[in-house]
Amino acid sequence: MKIHIQNGRVIDPMNARDEVTDLFIAAGKIVAIGQRPADFHVNRTIDASGLIVCPGLIDLSVRLREPGYEYRATLESEMLAAAAGGITSLACPPDTDPPLDEPGLVEMLKFRARNLPGPRVYPLGALTQKLEGKMITEMAELTEAGCRAFTQADAPIADTHVLLRAMEYAATFGFSLWLRPQDVSLAQDGVAHDGAVATRLGLPGIPALAETVALATILQLARETGARVHLMRLSTRDGIAMVRAAKAQGLAVSCDVAATHVHLSENDLVSFDSNLHLCPPLRGLRDRDAIREALRDGSIDALCSDHTPVDENEKQVPFGESAPGASGVELLLPLTLKWAREMGVPLAQALDLISWKPAQILGVPGGHLSVGSCADICVFDEHADWVVNAQSLFSQSNNTPFLNHPMQGRVRYTVIDGHLDFESGH
Amino acid sequence: MNLQLTEDGKLHHLLTLDGLPRAILTQILDTAESFMDVGEREVKKVPLLRGKSIFNLFFEPSTRTRTTFEIAAKRLSADVVNLNISTSSQSKGEAILDTVDNLSAMHADMFIVRHGQSGAAHFIARHVAPHISVVNAGDGRHAHPTQGLLDMFTIRRYKGAFHNLTVAIVGDVLHSRVARSQIHALTTLGVPEVRVIGPKTLLPVGIEQMGVKVFHNMEAGLKDCDVIIMLRLQNERMKSARLPSAQEYFKFFGLTPEKLALAKPDAIVMHPGPMNRGVEIDSAVADGPQSVILPQVTYGIAVRMAVMAMLTGGAA
Amino acid sequence: MNASLPEAHTLITQLADAIAPTLTPDTFIVGVHTGGVWVAERLHALLKCAQPLGTLDISFYRDDFSRIGLHPQVKPSNLPFDLEGRDILLVDDVLHSGRTVRAAMNELFDYGRPATIRLAVLIDRGDHELPIRPDFVGLTLNVPKHQNINLSRLDDGHLTLSLA
Repeated sequence: MKIHIQNGRVIDPMNARDEVTDLFIAAGKIVAIGQRPADFHVNRTIDASGLIVCPGLIDLSVRLREPGYEYRATLESEMLAAAAGGITSLACPPDTDPPLDEPGLVEMLKFRARNLPGPRVYPLGALTQKLEGKMITEMAELTEAGCRAFTQADAPIADTHVLLRAMEYAATFGFSLWLRPQDVSLAQDGVAHDGAVATRLGLPGIPALAETVALATILQLARETGARVHLMRLSTRDGIAMVRAAKAQGLAVSCDVAATHVHLSENDLVSFDSNLHLCPPLRGLRDRDAIREALRDGSIDALCSDHTPVDENEKQVPFGESAPGASGVELLLPLTLKWAREMGVPLAQALDLISWKPAQILGVPGGHLSVGSCADICVFDEHADWVVNAQSLFSQSNNTPFLNHPMQGRVRYTVIDGHLDFESGH
Repeated sequence: MNLQLTEDGKLHHLLTLDGLPRAILTQILDTAESFMDVGEREVKKVPLLRGKSIFNLFFEPSTRTRTTFEIAAKRLSADVVNLNISTSSQSKGEAILDTVDNLSAMHADMFIVRHGQSGAAHFIARHVAPHISVVNAGDGRHAHPTQGLLDMFTIRRYKGAFHNLTVAIVGDVLHSRVARSQIHALTTLGVPEVRVIGPKTLLPVGIEQMGVKVFHNMEAGLKDCDVIIMLRLQNERMKSARLPSAQEYFKFFGLTPEKLALAKPDAIVMHPGPMNRGVEIDSAVADGPQSVILPQVTYGIAVRMAVMAMLTGGAA
Repeated sequence: MNASLPEAHTLITQLADAIAPTLTPDTFIVGVHTGGVWVAERLHALLKCAQPLGTLDISFYRDDFSRIGLHPQVKPSNLPFDLEGRDILLVDDVLHSGRTVRAAMNELFDYGRPATIRLAVLIDRGDHELPIRPDFVGLTLNVPKHQNINLSRLDDGHLTLSLA
């Protein structure tokens, strides 16, 4: 299918392009930028006047809930939601049921996803069998099946020795480990950030220490083993400072944060709304501000949605009993734009955090608009105003702290592998 | 807290004392005062809530609190239904909301809710039909507003006013919903100095932001106090990562006659009950002349009558 | 309009004169808050009643609680005597629908079982909604529905009637 995206403001951070120009797509690739190729018989013209054209977004954490959690969401619904969010590639955590600890399961997921419209799905492999934190998985086999990295998702590794050996094994092959730093014994049964708000509300707390102590262990083990580590969902000011310092010392480590934590803090918890029960918890204002600043200065490499669809029944219970997590694959773009607007950050720098940078972390093609590269493109209206609710979201779940909030910025077209996989109603 | 008040500022639910205006707290105390007389008559009933159905929804067992609410409701001539929903029936799958919906369909007018999770009463209040009121009888560590109110009633009875008092709360504030409610009430009613006393392992992070002064030394904390509130130390805390033993706790944080002497000579000693004698409080003090622990219990009925009457009256 | 209303104190004296012949040493006077208590206090003094004065606050017995809720200022009822087998003289300032008197009687019976209850009111303004009639009345007056007749007490203790 030959597509002509006309007259849009093309912003491509990797190639430092920001100009109004045209894109030409054929056979799944970008064949020209600016100048129309000869004999280009267009099948579909997209008028992108007044819209932004950028590399398709790459989301480092989107739970698709298959296999095993279909009551929460299905592959079909969540891939459509991701496409509606402008996502053209996503990494899917292995905490499915059964967890993705065997090549067969990974292949099945990839096969299912390939046959559905929507983004390229890159499953992350389980780091330990059944995610139990005891025995490592067949990382080489899983890599062959398509896993780009290995992770425990939110399951702890209580035994530091296991973590050390897992890192050594991964380092043997050059595999990446994606780890969320949280010390399970310090977190205990906490459900909120251990601070003044949790104290007032009487919610068991997870201290910032739970993140920093675990980070100290992970960073030290990474130095020792030489394993490539990506730190997921940082949430504390002190944790960010530790990662910044480690990078300054030359440690090859990267990190991301969830879009929710860029905007929300423990202060938003006042009404015990279970939609604000997140992992890691929403922390203090100083932590939130440190995140916002660290995204600007590059200490944090990428933003992701950490899309976690949850069944309504799992949120319609008292806060402490609710399943943690927020859905939000369709909010990654507007939340990133909101941060950029509020911080006075240029659009290109903001889009970099959700396209080129995550592409490098995940180690996949995409994240840029070059001639000859795959046609994964997002076209959006940065001024479009809309309200987050069940009608406006494509995801099967609506468990988002931004329910009924106004948003600015909405995807109009998503092109994946040269196919127009999403086109909005208006 | 907006959830608790109607548009014209009247009480519709009682979930927490946090954020309730001083005028409402005072109104509850004043109304409770008038109900004290009812308890002293031969016919201890008034017909205010006749025809109303009050459901005690206790997800956490409690004989004492439930009985007090039941007596209070019956003295208002309401019909009372007690539901002890043990955790095993919860785990059989009936969600809280289904339980609440079923009971609402049985013409409930009010739910008195006790639950192990902080925020449970808020959660139920958000889901009930507009004409139903919810009273929080204790949710996790978060709040126990009627206990806080009866403690304030007690203080007012013995001390007259709030504006010139120093009040100390001693013990496991970290796990205490009673302490949190007391702190909100004391600060709202204008008590100039509210202190919490306990080891670091039992005082929550950021408690100063609730308007209290923190003491880890009991002698320093009790000096010149007018009111001392002792909190119960639960069994599971006594030997844990937070405390080594009841004996060591008693030595440093238990209220003995010697420590009591550091407070003002007319200081009163309170305890929400049930007491652990020899752990947080010495029997000599608990049974001594400065203890108002027994009267606290009778005030609880009048205060709960006041709350239930204020929630029910007025057009829905 | 006030000019046509008699002096409250004159009416109270007339009431006392009417009650005096029937008063027994065992009669207990009970006033209904707030206006009824003021009248009861005067009567108690004028009649040189030997027994202590009782006061009733009927807030907990009103039949309009569901609609209007609790009055913010509930005064305590005070009946410093045993009602059992006694003769009660119930006193109120204005008798209108009769609901206040019904509530007062309900409350009295929650304290005990009197032998008799008789009712003395300063003003009976008609429009009774219940089968309640006074035994002693200072003045019967037809007041239009939209108007209210009120007894007030000035700072010096003087009682006045007014129409609003």
